[in-house]
Amino acid sequence: MAQNDSQNAGIRYLNPPTVEVRKKKYCRFKKAGIKYVDYKDPEFLKKFLNEQGKILPRRITGTSLKFQRKVAQAVKRARSLALLPYVTDLLK
Amino acid sequence: MLKQYETVFIATPVLSEQQMKEAVAKYTKLIADNGGEVVYEEDWGLRQLAYPIQHKTSGFYYLIQFKAEPTFVETLETQYFRDERIIRFLTVALDKDAVEYAERRRQNRGKAAAAKTEEVKVDEEVPAQPEETTEENNA
Repeated sequence: MAQNDSQNAGIRYLNPPTVEVRKKKYCRFKKAGIKYVDYKDPEFLKKFLNEQGKILPRRITGTSLKFQRKVAQAVKRARSLALLPYVTDLLK
Repeated sequence: MLKQYETVFIATPVLSEQQMKEAVAKYTKLIADNGGEVVYEEDWGLRQLAYPIQHKTSGFYYLIQFKAEPTFVETLETQYFRDERIIRFLTVALDKDAVEYAERRRQNRGKAAAAKTEEVKVDEEVPAQPEETTEENNA
């Protein structure tokens, strides 16, 4: 018993373990108070696309569900107006 | 009840400036004739398309914001379909946030245009002045 305790307590680090502190994600629309996502502004919408022109998931951009739907809608409208490509390589 | 809409169409790049004006006049007239009201127009000029449409790589973009009866959209779109000059179009109903955004955009555009002319004037008056305020940075 005593040995066990000493073993458990015995884990000591020379350097304090580095814990990765992630920056909290936030919804840029909520933060900036944007209510309408414009499909006519392809440069802005490019922030939500990857290099192939696919829409990035919420877990990466941090956008809230409400605005993710609006972003998706806007991107699709922009694509149909040839403001954004449907498929591509090396967008940006 | 009139509802606010916004339509963007892409015309073929082969049109001359005169033909483009005619096409625009046709649609603004169509809106007015059907009890609608054109709120705002914006010419984006010749733009590169992100992908080829009907073997064309560029087109004239034109934006019209208007108020009309909901039934009018169908007649407008049939006209688009029949028009060979139009290669792509999109009509969207504007909700209240969108209307607000559209108004702000209009004002910003007006201001930007005014600022541009002013800058040009300033440049003309005082040609040798290196200090210039940074341009607008609002998205």
